[in-house]
Amino acid sequence: MNAHSPSLPLESVDARTAPLRRPRAPAQAVARKAPTLVPPRLAQSRLLIGPALLVLVWEAASRLGWLSPATLTAPSQALVTGYAMVIDGSLLPHLLASAGRAYSGLLLGVVAGVLLALLSGLTRTGEALLDGLVQIKRAIPTLALIPLAIIWLGIGEAMKVLLIFTAVLVPIYINTHAALRGIDIRHVELAQTLGLSRGAFIRKVALPGALPGFFVGLRIAVSLCWTALVVLELINTQTGIGYLMNRARDWGQTDIIVVGILIYALLGLLSDAVVRGIEARVLSYRRALGS
Amino acid sequence: MTQDASLGSVQLRGFTRGFHGKKVLDDLRLDVPAGQFVALLGESGSGKTTVLRALAGLDGEAQTEGVASAQGNVSVLFQDSRLLPWLSVIDNLTLGLDAAAVRPAAEQMLRDVGLHDKAQVWPNTLSGGQLQRAALARSLLREPHVLLADEPFGALDALTRMRMHGLLFRLVERIKPTVILVTHDVDESLLLADRILVLKNGRIAQDYAVDLPHPRRADHPRFMDLRSTLLHSLGVDTELV
Repeated sequence: MNAHSPSLPLESVDARTAPLRRPRAPAQAVARKAPTLVPPRLAQSRLLIGPALLVLVWEAASRLGWLSPATLTAPSQALVTGYAMVIDGSLLPHLLASAGRAYSGLLLGVVAGVLLALLSGLTRTGEALLDGLVQIKRAIPTLALIPLAIIWLGIGEAMKVLLIFTAVLVPIYINTHAALRGIDIRHVELAQTLGLSRGAFIRKVALPGALPGFFVGLRIAVSLCWTALVVLELINTQTGIGYLMNRARDWGQTDIIVVGILIYALLGLLSDAVVRGIEARVLSYRRALGS
Repeated sequence: MTQDASLGSVQLRGFTRGFHGKKVLDDLRLDVPAGQFVALLGESGSGKTTVLRALAGLDGEAQTEGVASAQGNVSVLFQDSRLLPWLSVIDNLTLGLDAAAVRPAAEQMLRDVGLHDKAQVWPNTLSGGQLQRAALARSLLREPHVLLADEPFGALDALTRMRMHGLLFRLVERIKPTVILVTHDVDESLLLADRILVLKNGRIAQDYAVDLPHPRRADHPRFMDLRSTLLHSLGVDTELV
């Protein structure tokens, strides 16, 4: 809106600087432009340029014989293998088994993480009891808990879900808790002067204010729930993407390993897109006119 | 509205407030009868806002002595509108009230402030002046006995501020709360207030009754007299203004 409107000041600026210019320029009114300090926004689709380039180089290297299939299979070969596995039905059961573990752990972790964050963010007792514990858990790598979890729960599904749950809990808790603690003091004062009850304050002010933080945690959590799986699926299981990949390692099938990696990448991107979609809808108030 | 005689009255008794051992307000004494429109003037740091926050019950600090009390329902109008960004404008108005019951009144109040077509929009689609009108509607929807306003128009441009003065005056005429308006704008206080207090060195240095009829005009001789007196007591040399 402002870019072209004040023609008068621009002309006067031109008049002042005119003697400094080369004689060719003066007839045209040249709109002065501030230096570009921040790159203009990139279209979403262009974010794919980097990955596409990598796949191209990789494929070319394989075709030219620089990459042997024993080291790394070509992406085209991985796609063929993946397609064959989908068709002969050998992929889907593993995918479902992995997804079942990942998402039950995610669900439990999100529910528990939010509850703990509320207790700790809204009560002093809760913070005294819980926050230190979660901070300690945060410092311990999930995989370091595997031996204990096996002793407690055996080597079955419960152990795997528990470990995913504890991994997911941390980012949900940390981000939701931080958002609750960082609540805008001006909103608290407003609630005080409006005479809001504690319940109404939590529902109308504290929780909506903490939602952006919760979504940050959720986006970390949806990718995190898959990462522990590869290792966990080494232990006493005949199902899961991690199991497939480890078995393929034993047999030197790099194409199946790449298929597994691709599945993780796709699931990660997809989960993130889903969470972002929900976030955009829930936080639609943030989209102001003209922004 | 039937009112207890004391509803709407505002009192300070021996009110003393320190920050880091330094007294900002010193043994303040003030009586404001119900329905009076008081402007509180003072240089920055003179403690105007502290008085207001104490009356609003927002000053919970230890270094306070004495009494600061406002009788009846109290509404606060902040300098920033403080609408919650995740509630629509009308939900912001009815926040903390029985939303269904007060909805007609809230819609009427939005019409009064000229925002009837903005009931359902998000606050961050509004301009600064619209936000402050919505905040004014929110505070007056509660039909407060006391309205505490902390430089409510300080962040608005001059033209918007002039319109807001008229709007505030009309609504206050109708709802008749006691008003304590903290401001650094001498003209604003002269246009609106029945009484102007100048806060200096932690005390009320001057207490003027403004006996001008409404609507007030800035070119009225008495207005100009009071204006230079007030500016003088605020330490501004009117010869240069």
